Amino acid sequence: MSKLDVSRRGLLRTGAVTGAGLALPTIFTAQSAAAFTNDPTGGSVTLGFNVPQTGPYADEGADELRAYELAVDHLNGDGDGGMLNSFSSKALEGSGILGKKVEYVTGDTQTKSDAARASAKSMIEKDGAIMISGGSSSGVAIAVQGLCQEAGVIFMAGLTHSNDTTGKDKKANGFRHFFNAYMSGAALAPVLKNLYGDDRKAYHLTADYTWGWTQEESIKAATEALGWETVNTVKTPLAATDFSSYIAPVLNSGADVLILNHYGGNMVNSLTNAVQFGLRDKVVNGKNFEIVVPLYSRLMAKGAGANVKGIHGSTNWHWSLQDEGSKAFVRSFGTKYGFPPSQAAHTCYVQTLLYADAVQRAGSFNPCAVAEALEGFEFDGMGNGKTLYRADDHQCFKDVLVVRGKENPTSEFDLLEVVEVTPREQVEYAPDHPMFAGGQLGSCNPGA
Amino acid sequence: MFGLDKKDTSLLMIVAVLTLFAPFILNPFPTGSGLAQFNAGYPDLMQRFVIFGIFAIGFNILFGLTGYLSFGHAAFLGVGSYSAVWMFKLLSMNVLPAILLSVIISGLFALVIGFISLRRSGIYFSILTLAFAQMSFSLAYSVLTPITNGETGLQLTLDDPRVLGVTATADGSIPVTNLFGLEMRGTYEMAVGPWAFQFNIGYYLCALVLIAAFYLAIRIFRSPFGMMLRAVKSNQQRMNYTGLNSKPYTLAAFVISGMYAGLAGGLMASMDPLAGAERMQWTASGEVVLMTILGGAGTLIGPVLGAGFIKYFENIFSKINDNVLHGWFSFMPDGLEDFVVFIVHPFIGKGWHLTLGILFMLVVIYLPGGLVEGGQRIAGWIKGNKQSDAQQSETKPAE
Repeated sequence: MSKLDVSRRGLLRTGAVTGAGLALPTIFTAQSAAAFTNDPTGGSVTLGFNVPQTGPYADEGADELRAYELAVDHLNGDGDGGMLNSFSSKALEGSGILGKKVEYVTGDTQTKSDAARASAKSMIEKDGAIMISGGSSSGVAIAVQGLCQEAGVIFMAGLTHSNDTTGKDKKANGFRHFFNAYMSGAALAPVLKNLYGDDRKAYHLTADYTWGWTQEESIKAATEALGWETVNTVKTPLAATDFSSYIAPVLNSGADVLILNHYGGNMVNSLTNAVQFGLRDKVVNGKNFEIVVPLYSRLMAKGAGANVKGIHGSTNWHWSLQDEGSKAFVRSFGTKYGFPPSQAAHTCYVQTLLYADAVQRAGSFNPCAVAEALEGFEFDGMGNGKTLYRADDHQCFKDVLVVRGKENPTSEFDLLEVVEVTPREQVEYAPDHPMFAGGQLGSCNPGA
Repeated sequence: MFGLDKKDTSLLMIVAVLTLFAPFILNPFPTGSGLAQFNAGYPDLMQRFVIFGIFAIGFNILFGLTGYLSFGHAAFLGVGSYSAVWMFKLLSMNVLPAILLSVIISGLFALVIGFISLRRSGIYFSILTLAFAQMSFSLAYSVLTPITNGETGLQLTLDDPRVLGVTATADGSIPVTNLFGLEMRGTYEMAVGPWAFQFNIGYYLCALVLIAAFYLAIRIFRSPFGMMLRAVKSNQQRMNYTGLNSKPYTLAAFVISGMYAGLAGGLMASMDPLAGAERMQWTASGEVVLMTILGGAGTLIGPVLGAGFIKYFENIFSKINDNVLHGWFSFMPDGLEDFVVFIVHPFIGKGWHLTLGILFMLVVIYLPGGLVEGGQRIAGWIKGNKQSDAQQSETKPAE
């Protein structure tokens, strides 16, 4: 079947082709000389918005995308300017960033690390994005943050609540405005103590990935410090849609509090299952059975309907806040889309403005200059009161809201009420706190 | 030449030229133009084209030749990726040992799974492989978290040992993957008028591996061993009655195709040092089946074309959003523009699966031999029905 007859012509041809093939990759060894990755040269600058458009966090992703579009409008001077009017830094003038018109590309993370990285890579390599933003799953956010560090662009994390994002997986090019699991625990604990006492038995159901683990760890530590006992902790797959098999054992465990470390579609389903099993009407150990959802959002409350009434949790921001920044944001979001924004939308909107502002103040798109402008930056007027971007771990520190599902909602958006605004001092922690230890920022990477 | 007949040589040459000149071929539109949206000539996507090409070639050795439909091939890809990333963490950032280890580990893994699964054939074999792959996925996703880092995916950190390399570079960042100092992410940009062509070192490594893998596949297809595998496909029972034990042949094919998948996984991790569990999910296994069938199962070049086709849709179509559509149709009157965008909307962006599904159905119904059959029909039509030559061509689709 195989015969080897070598002709002069054939040999020459083969030699030429293989030679060219072998030589080609070795010619181009260095990258072209630019100061940093994707230095915008024309009259516009491209931002990459990488959000889940499919999968369990698709609702959040859709709302994030709306917020990004709104932020780009405001940066380019369209619309009413939103939070630009209340923002304490006045560097931005509504004429783009450094005079360049802001353009954007979008991608679908599918809530999968691989797909998210592929999408972010194409934004960086093909579309020339200078900054990537997005999230909704901490696993994805951490994966994309790692990619941005390697590629030499800034990553402005969207909704990601895991301690690891600015803990053991923190990166010099990554920044997070959203609060984290530790802060949820610290904010919730005093409220839970007042409501339910200090002698409770807790049962955790936890989404089985980085966010769930750190959230469980944080809430466990915070509640055990109150004197609560943790009866059991059970991990549930992220892709699960029916939680009945996980709820049934709770009834016989002797626990009197169920803590749902779930988010998005997961939380909607697990809470609905728990209510269907009659957990909320039970009396265990002489006390009313209670359910706590540490990370709450309006989109989740909407999905779970009447089941959320009276259930407590924490949130980063809520549209009913009455400060100038929140009011301005809710007004412009409502004008454009006809309904109030979610906390995911808020954090993404704020992150985009913060990035633009940092570039403007630094006078350069160079990621290292931008990072320097963001580190230790104190600002106000973005809906969370006085906020600090801590230089040690690129985490924002601000007040945290404790909320409760409203008993008598007045509209389909009025589902949560703010119970308490936990002041910033109470949720602060040292950069080397054990829950955040083990990682290093490294040094900023401008790429190229 | 290379022990191939004239037809196979020209096929190999076509593949070589296509892959080596891909940065030009895939970037037909000038960078600033509206059609630049459809350019696919950027490093990440080109790497994906060839890596999934290798994956599909390997899958085709099993499915195309023996007819055994493995529905769990992504497990080998995942195992390959994890092995490679572990090599980067423990040994060095050189891609060579990483790729070697990923091929070896996935080969061993395939040996174990193949040994058990090949006790059955047909649908039972498919289900067995699917079960194994889902088990691997679940293990990687939660049980083996210390090894795989669960849902977050295995990543490099600043405190990995890297015995033969450096833990962190002088400026305090994670070192990048390289081949004896040649950085995989190194890209040379060539500006020709309005065009910008990107030549990426990682891509060319993948391309050379693809050409080698393709060559090996041709040799396997044309060897007596390949003939045995075809015999298994056409009638395994008859083969057994003649006193031949077909098991070693099918197992060898299974292991070889598992090693191809491992090679693809290792390359994937070399281009982007991260391994996630979702690479092993059944949807990923299904994808390679789609690639092979779409391109033409049992043909040499079909799986490569199928892989390119699907990856193109996944990466290019999924990125078209309503904004872009409004840009395209802005010449129309307002009402009509909105209407057209409304009609097209479900097929782009997150709806790319829908478009792909429709195309897949069309191909399977009207071109059972896949894209290769389409190409042959066009060629036949141009040549004016000179069927005699095309009939015995090497790209004849298997039934």
